[in-house]
Amino acid sequence: MDFSFSEEQELYRATVSRFIQNQYGLEARQKIVNSDLGMSRENWQQFADLGLLAIPFAEEYGGLEGSAVDTMVVMEEFGRGLVIEPYFETVIFSGGILSIGGSNEQKQQYIPRIISGECIFATAFAESQSRYNLADIKTTAKVRNGGFILNGKKSVVWAGPWADYLIVTARTSGSQFDEKGVSLFLVDKNSEGISLKNYPTIDGGRASEISFENVELSDESLLGHIDDGFDLLEAAVDRARAAICAEAVGAMKALHETTLDYVKLREQFGVPIGNFQVIQHRMVDMLIAYEEAVSITYMATLHLDHPVEERQKSVSAAKAKIGQSARYIGQEAVQIHGGMGMTDELNVGHYFKRLTMIDVSLGNQDYHVRRFADLTQ
Amino acid sequence: MDISIAIEDVLFREEVRDFIQEHYPSYLHDKIAKSEELTKEDFLVWHRILHKKGWIAPSWPKEYGGPGWTSVQRFIFNEELSAAGAITTMPFSLTMLAPVLMQYGNEKQREYFLPRILSGEDWWCQGYSEPGAGSDLASLRMPAVRDGDDYVVNGSKTWTTFAQFADWIFCLVRTNSDGKKQMGISFLLIDMKTPGITVRPIRTLDGGYDINEVHFENVRVPIENLVGEENFGWTYAKALLSHERGGIADVARSEVAIKALRKIATTELSDGGPLIENTIFSKKIAELEIDLLALKYLELRAVFNEKSDDLGPNVSILKLKGSEVQQRIGELRLEAVGYYGFPFKYGPQTSNTAIFPVGPSYTQFAGPSYFNLRKTTIYGGSSEIQRGIVAKSVLGL
Repeated sequence: MDFSFSEEQELYRATVSRFIQNQYGLEARQKIVNSDLGMSRENWQQFADLGLLAIPFAEEYGGLEGSAVDTMVVMEEFGRGLVIEPYFETVIFSGGILSIGGSNEQKQQYIPRIISGECIFATAFAESQSRYNLADIKTTAKVRNGGFILNGKKSVVWAGPWADYLIVTARTSGSQFDEKGVSLFLVDKNSEGISLKNYPTIDGGRASEISFENVELSDESLLGHIDDGFDLLEAAVDRARAAICAEAVGAMKALHETTLDYVKLREQFGVPIGNFQVIQHRMVDMLIAYEEAVSITYMATLHLDHPVEERQKSVSAAKAKIGQSARYIGQEAVQIHGGMGMTDELNVGHYFKRLTMIDVSLGNQDYHVRRFADLTQ
Repeated sequence: MDISIAIEDVLFREEVRDFIQEHYPSYLHDKIAKSEELTKEDFLVWHRILHKKGWIAPSWPKEYGGPGWTSVQRFIFNEELSAAGAITTMPFSLTMLAPVLMQYGNEKQREYFLPRILSGEDWWCQGYSEPGAGSDLASLRMPAVRDGDDYVVNGSKTWTTFAQFADWIFCLVRTNSDGKKQMGISFLLIDMKTPGITVRPIRTLDGGYDINEVHFENVRVPIENLVGEENFGWTYAKALLSHERGGIADVARSEVAIKALRKIATTELSDGGPLIENTIFSKKIAELEIDLLALKYLELRAVFNEKSDDLGPNVSILKLKGSEVQQRIGELRLEAVGYYGFPFKYGPQTSNTAIFPVGPSYTQFAGPSYFNLRKTTIYGGSSEIQRGIVAKSVLGL
């Protein structure tokens, strides 16, 4: 076993960390969050120029053939920087679906345009009734001559407002909760019959409610095989879960460091509050929670290419644990900062909000504890 | 022991309930349901109704305009207000400043300020915490220097709730820096219209705006606005802090919130069935309800055992557990709405921003309130401070 990082991985880390240090302070980040668009196209182009958008993709499409550990390193640093730009949505999540399930033609058509920064992707999977069940799908795609007709509604589509293309889960057969009958489609967001309701999210991002009304899709828009999209979806979602765990790890590290600095500086009763045992023990417990989170995230990331059940179990273990430590570290960081932790002016509240929403994303603690238990029986 | 309730208390409860039902402005219910920001006038509308009835200041002695209720009646009154979901009356003047003026103010101050507090003519805010003095309040530094018939005040107060509405602020200021830090603090009443005062809004992580930083630059305050004696303000403040901590368990409000949470969990789906039938989730609500029941009887024991208003160290225990219960309700509410915790009504307004609510209307409150409720273990003496008080005053440690 070896838990060290390669030279290349250290380089990715240094590249992203330098970008955040120089260009992504809280003030710069909040300016982007509050802008009309809500993200920075300049930053996105910079990610492309730095090669970050190419990391996980195959060489034949212009990618760098990077591993899940490579993107884990990037996600960790993005978590530290509370980066808003849709790397997770485009490169990891939608990019993952494309890489695993796309045909050669589809890959050739879209991956180079992701890598160059030209296209942003979002995955529309959740519905208002579905909670975390990926197979709970009411949206339908009916077969018609040479293609499909898409009808339905998707909820809280992250990066929806920025996306050029959507990957949409829809039912081509079966009933509402069946895994069989789920198919995936790559849809141009400008297609006729698509309407969006865009809004800001509490963690600084943007999302959309999207409705599809008789949207005409060609045969070429199907990703993977008809009715058999579920396994592809779940594989990509597990990879996305591991990546979002890495983002949380980065955010937790930053939050712990910020809080540690604060308890050394903030004086009450004539001494830094870090002198009080009640604070010391909590800083230690936060550190332990962080170290556990790092460890289980590495574990899950290293199991992504293992047999399906092992992958599923590892990812659910990580996501459950991350949800727990994210809540603990976030709440404690605010409490220890006191009133200052409640303001919008420190980064503490912003990390706390992102960490809270990571717990909600792609299955919360309860969901993954249950999934882990079911897989262990 | 006997948990039956005296008939006069039952009748009193009915009287209060009927009054609220008849007179509480229903538009306020709508505003809260839509989580719209409340204005100063919204608070004052209800204040004036209670004032007209003679119920605005339950804890005041009759001679100053209180209703002359027993501690049990006051408890019932607060319970009914909470159960009805009524907006709170502003505590700063009614329960925090007024007792200090009654006990330590002079005749002129009492005669001028108390009726204006009762009527709602003056809105008061509290100037205690400073950027460098939070939990260690006695280390506050804002100097008030005597100059002729005035004090000249310079410095900053922070976390000042609703300073944007306030006509007056009561402040702890430093009039002497020698000796023990608790000595040399004075209690000053300052007109917010005095030149040199500026109010800077502080936006909180839930997107709300209740709190402010208040800056004082060469603010001249007439010496007749000093309460009690110079340098003895800490004694007065300590008396006032114990008033601040009273009634903070908020059991009745939490009961209402849990009921609403159950309703949400009945509507929300999980694998096709109501979320409330999900065993993990229903277990968590049940555990919360059990803790609230324990808290309720902890509060009842305190209220019915104490003859006076002073609940002593029980107040710290009630605040500790009450705030934790509130926070857990917030956690479960956020869990209940799933992905609909994301849409942020108070986020940046841009050209293509959607009209809220996004998703079912009960969801838009879940995210902001979860984050906002983190303040309950910080304000009014943080949980760390409360545990310190109990360790010292109950356990003698």
